[in-house]
Amino acid sequence: MSRDPWDGRIVIVGASLAGLRAAETLRAEGFAGELTIVGDEPHPPYDRPPLSKQVLLGRARAEDCVLPARRETGATWKLGVRAAGLDGDGRQVILANGEHLPYDRLLIATGTRARPWPQPEEAALDGVFTVRTMEDAGRLAERLDAGPRRVLVIGAGFTGSEIASACRERGLAVTVAERGPAPLIGALGGTVGSWAAELHRSHGVDLRCGVTVTALRGSGGRLTGAELSDGSALDVDVAVVALGAVRNTEWLADSGLAAGPKGVACDAGCRVVDMYGIVTDDVFVAGDVARFPHPLFQYQFLALEHWGNAVAQAEVAAHNMISRGRERRPHLSVPAFWSSQFGLNIKSVGVPTFSDQVVIAQGSPEERRLVAVYGYQGRVTAAVTVNSAKSLEHYEELICTGAPFPPGPDAADHVPGREPEPSDVPDPRGLTHGPTVALTGHLPDRRLVVLRPGG
Amino acid sequence: MSPETLFRRITDYANRADPYPLYAELREHGVTRQEDGRYLVGTYYEINALLHDPRVSSDLRNRTAPDPEFQPPEGGLPSFIGLDDPEHHRLRGLAMRQFGPPHTPGRVDALRDDIARIAGELADRLRGKDRLDLVDDFAFPLPVTVICDLLGVPEEDVQQMHLWADTAIKSLDFAPGEDPGPRRRASQEARVAMGAYLGELAAKRRGHPTGDMLSGLVNDDGPDGRLTEVELMVTTVLLLIAGHETTVNLITNGMLTLLRHPEELERLRAHPELMPSAVEELLRYEPPVQFLPQRTPLTDIEVGGVTVPKGVPLILVLASGNRDPLRFPDADRFDPTREDNQHFGFGSGIHNCFGAPLARIETQIALTTLLHGLDTPRLLEDPPPYRTSPVLRGSRHLPLAQAADGVQAGR
Repeated sequence: MSRDPWDGRIVIVGASLAGLRAAETLRAEGFAGELTIVGDEPHPPYDRPPLSKQVLLGRARAEDCVLPARRETGATWKLGVRAAGLDGDGRQVILANGEHLPYDRLLIATGTRARPWPQPEEAALDGVFTVRTMEDAGRLAERLDAGPRRVLVIGAGFTGSEIASACRERGLAVTVAERGPAPLIGALGGTVGSWAAELHRSHGVDLRCGVTVTALRGSGGRLTGAELSDGSALDVDVAVVALGAVRNTEWLADSGLAAGPKGVACDAGCRVVDMYGIVTDDVFVAGDVARFPHPLFQYQFLALEHWGNAVAQAEVAAHNMISRGRERRPHLSVPAFWSSQFGLNIKSVGVPTFSDQVVIAQGSPEERRLVAVYGYQGRVTAAVTVNSAKSLEHYEELICTGAPFPPGPDAADHVPGREPEPSDVPDPRGLTHGPTVALTGHLPDRRLVVLRPGG
Repeated sequence: MSPETLFRRITDYANRADPYPLYAELREHGVTRQEDGRYLVGTYYEINALLHDPRVSSDLRNRTAPDPEFQPPEGGLPSFIGLDDPEHHRLRGLAMRQFGPPHTPGRVDALRDDIARIAGELADRLRGKDRLDLVDDFAFPLPVTVICDLLGVPEEDVQQMHLWADTAIKSLDFAPGEDPGPRRRASQEARVAMGAYLGELAAKRRGHPTGDMLSGLVNDDGPDGRLTEVELMVTTVLLLIAGHETTVNLITNGMLTLLRHPEELERLRAHPELMPSAVEELLRYEPPVQFLPQRTPLTDIEVGGVTVPKGVPLILVLASGNRDPLRFPDADRFDPTREDNQHFGFGSGIHNCFGAPLARIETQIALTTLLHGLDTPRLLEDPPPYRTSPVLRGSRHLPLAQAADGVQAGR
């Protein structure tokens, strides 16, 4: 490694939000060396949140969802090529086209991809979609424009709910199938989830909980219907698979790093941990693919599929890549995300699933605006606002300071009679979709105990 | 001097031109109880916490004892600035539906050309004058014309609106020792007259929309219904007053600050693309609303190690938070390119300035127009004479001289 942290070669694998923001931060903080960014998609970085919202509503075109650059990165971009492996001893990234990219420091920002429908032949039917990339959203929007008879959304997590909302706003018939007892339950627990179920139904969604889709049927290569575990069948010409995300870590299988299905483990400074639990000094990670220890949640490793986390973590990782010792900073930001669906603005701070109780501290479902505060063993651990986002900062402070739960009935818009109730957080295995906030335990990775011979 | 007298000293007219040393003293003392039982907060993070705290009310009816200085309008309904959620949320939401995204995304942007035209006409009239008053000749007429344009008040009534608005804000004046009765009654009468006028105008627009905000308010049936007639009057009076006086001060304080920093003025003249960031810095450095006098804790609230009791007047000194060195490096320096500038110029939290997008555009256009329209302007009085209000702080006049030969220097 070059002795001067502002010089040398940095490779960033992953050309989306985290990769771009890291590159910009590196330059902003004075990195003057060679910078190479690898991305498996052919596009420069783009913005994903609108893909399941404005794009599906036809208000924005998928190809217009660019990520504005904050500054010049002067990077060499290798787009449309996948990273296939990592040689940590030789300090090089091996690309799928055979090219080897030597580095002094590496940032892993490969993110996630949509979990595909498990039966490949059914997944290949014309009319079966996932929504992760620009192309995915563009193709689905086109198909919705054509006015399908009925859309089936498989999975009622945030993405599935947003897709269902967009379809209803377009006046399309929608069925949502969710294996768990309610929408959003994996992220927000059962109490808020049961309200979300009412929301779906009052907007005309045919919501079916506690069922799974057992088969997708086709004719002549086109989707024609679906079969559900309760024995019912649906005629649909569009099915959107919203089963959560898969972390892009396969390329690291032989890297010797603590990388697996739960993500790439790192320390609080974004330095990747190897399979023995020892921290590396030249490999960093940021964004959806990272899992990092968080003091507010018992130092469990946290994996977050959140826009804001990708930005904050990328900035910390980049800073630490070009800093020495005590100049390095921890990534301690409190998880936060947002969603818009059925005319509501939903925001979350903290980890709602790290809770045993929940109380509505402000507003009410009847007002179509509320703040639900989550507690774990008597302290505040999360808050979810619906059309009340400006309160979020107050609750973030309560989370950061471990304030007592419940928070007291003194808010100006507190509705009397609201008592804490169980937050009813389900086992994620009982859900159709994966969680977007995941507490993934204390160990860097299972590889610690299950050593696999190389090759 | 005792920190218990800080509020008295801040509101003392003798300190109007430069209250900043008092704010520094306030920050030294943290959350400070005043001799009359008020609590003053002047440090950034504590103000920020209170601005987002749902247990802090903006409704004066939650005071344990009526405030001698600030009274809610007699008999009337408070406007949403003086209400808490859920009422505040409903009323502000109905007004916002006609002003900004998502329902009316283009409203403010569509005013750009109008604002530039009005600012240009006002600046043209200043050309060749060797002496001028920036307040009367420019900063006052611009925002009132723009807000009337936005609401749909016909041009011939703009002057009347201006007079009413000017009288109405006198209720926020402070003249310790003086009997506030007559001032407050005049203010109340002006609000009532203005409300009656706007109510009548709105009635004419019902069924006959003319594309303005008032027409939207009376003709659009959103999911949350409509404003009642009284709510409509109170809300439009609020918009007119708030959209007027604060912007006058922002433009005036802005020009004053630039004239005190000639190297920055030259830089902005050469680089107009820096203007948006310069306006943010002005909002931090010389905010048009210096403090929020109307907050009240609904329960005992602990902040900065002090327990502020339920029901007392809680004064958030935004202009002091804006100069807190713990938040802003080199906080007393005017730096138009400052980054990470999360100032309180528009407040924060649920009562965050409704008209902020409009105020930003107006001030950017106004200052850009002045930098290119005025010919080597000079301050004739520094400090200039201030208006009485310590809340809406700004100069009453800003006498300037400019080269009269019509040859512009530096261009």
